[in-house]
Amino acid sequence: MRVGIAGTLESNDCIITVIESDKLIIEVKSVVYDFFGKHIENLIKNILEELKIKNIKVICEDKGALDYTIKARLITAIKRLEAKK
Amino acid sequence: MRRSLLFIPSNNPGMLESSSLFGSDSVIFDLEDSVSVSEKDNSRNLLVSFLNSKEKLNLEVVVRINASDTPFYHFDLEAVVSDKIDTIMLPKASVETLHKLDKDLSKIEKEKKLANKIKVIPIIELASSLIEASKIAAMLRVNGLLLGAEDLSSDLEVVRTEEGLEILYARMVVVTAAKANKIDAIDTPFTNVFDNDKLKKDCKFVRGIGMNAKACIHPNQIEVVNEVFSPTEAEINWATKVLIAKEEAEKKNQGVFSLDGKMVDKPVILRAEKIILKAKKYKLL
Repeated sequence: MRVGIAGTLESNDCIITVIESDKLIIEVKSVVYDFFGKHIENLIKNILEELKIKNIKVICEDKGALDYTIKARLITAIKRLEAKK
Repeated sequence: MRRSLLFIPSNNPGMLESSSLFGSDSVIFDLEDSVSVSEKDNSRNLLVSFLNSKEKLNLEVVVRINASDTPFYHFDLEAVVSDKIDTIMLPKASVETLHKLDKDLSKIEKEKKLANKIKVIPIIELASSLIEASKIAAMLRVNGLLLGAEDLSSDLEVVRTEEGLEILYARMVVVTAAKANKIDAIDTPFTNVFDNDKLKKDCKFVRGIGMNAKACIHPNQIEVVNEVFSPTEAEINWATKVLIAKEEAEKKNQGVFSLDGKMVDKPVILRAEKIILKAKKYKLL
């Protein structure tokens, strides 16, 4: 099973792990989950839609990252996974 | 016209977010030495995502890309060149690599239909770049030269010292080449980020030999650098008096006149005008 990982667990950052999957699974672990958990899930869904990716498992371990950081880490993780093809 | 340029590692979201708040005249988003080889893609994507999420920052945005002989150069350029940046900083610059950069930038500017032409700050950090410094300073797009003393010292096989005798010649060459082409002479960063007294001494010394800006590697260095490279109150007062006296002399059709017993002619007036220009830009007037 191929995996792509990007990011750090430093403050303002996140680690995104993407794993090949036959369905869409998004898991968010965040220090601010109560306030932003749904927002992060929707953000990830929207980015995947933009990239036309339907089936993938995304795990986001968030340490207070802003949207542009989550987007960049997700894109890098996906590119790293694709590079393993 | 710059005094302080702050290096920001492009793989650090916290630093990116606060990069424009530290008071430097320019920020240099770094994709080169502060980013490990395995994280080049990650930092490039983060920087682009950051820049795209904002309006153009209200200070000069410089991006230090990887050198043209690395596999990252083209990816960096393709990704970061946009209307959100002003300047590309090129490591290990030479006349040849700057010609290549100009060609590559022109192509990308055309493809992306950019409103403004991207400027270039070459880093003079090889002995061979030092020899070519005057040609480099005269090249298209180049509006400042940065002395990169750490790599240069390595190339020259000398040990860097805080006194900097080993880079004195290089500093003089960079200043002369830059000033001959009316562009900024930017000094190498002071690497001891815990000693601002020594930083101040270093800034005063290089200002005295003609440098007009310094790169910073820590936000704590900016206040000292801005202070030293700004016109002093005495300089502003002197320049103001010169320009008032010049207006009086013009009314009397005098090309040369005296002020406080000293002759004032064209070079003195130009110096006074430059001081006032800087004072206005840095809101000291």
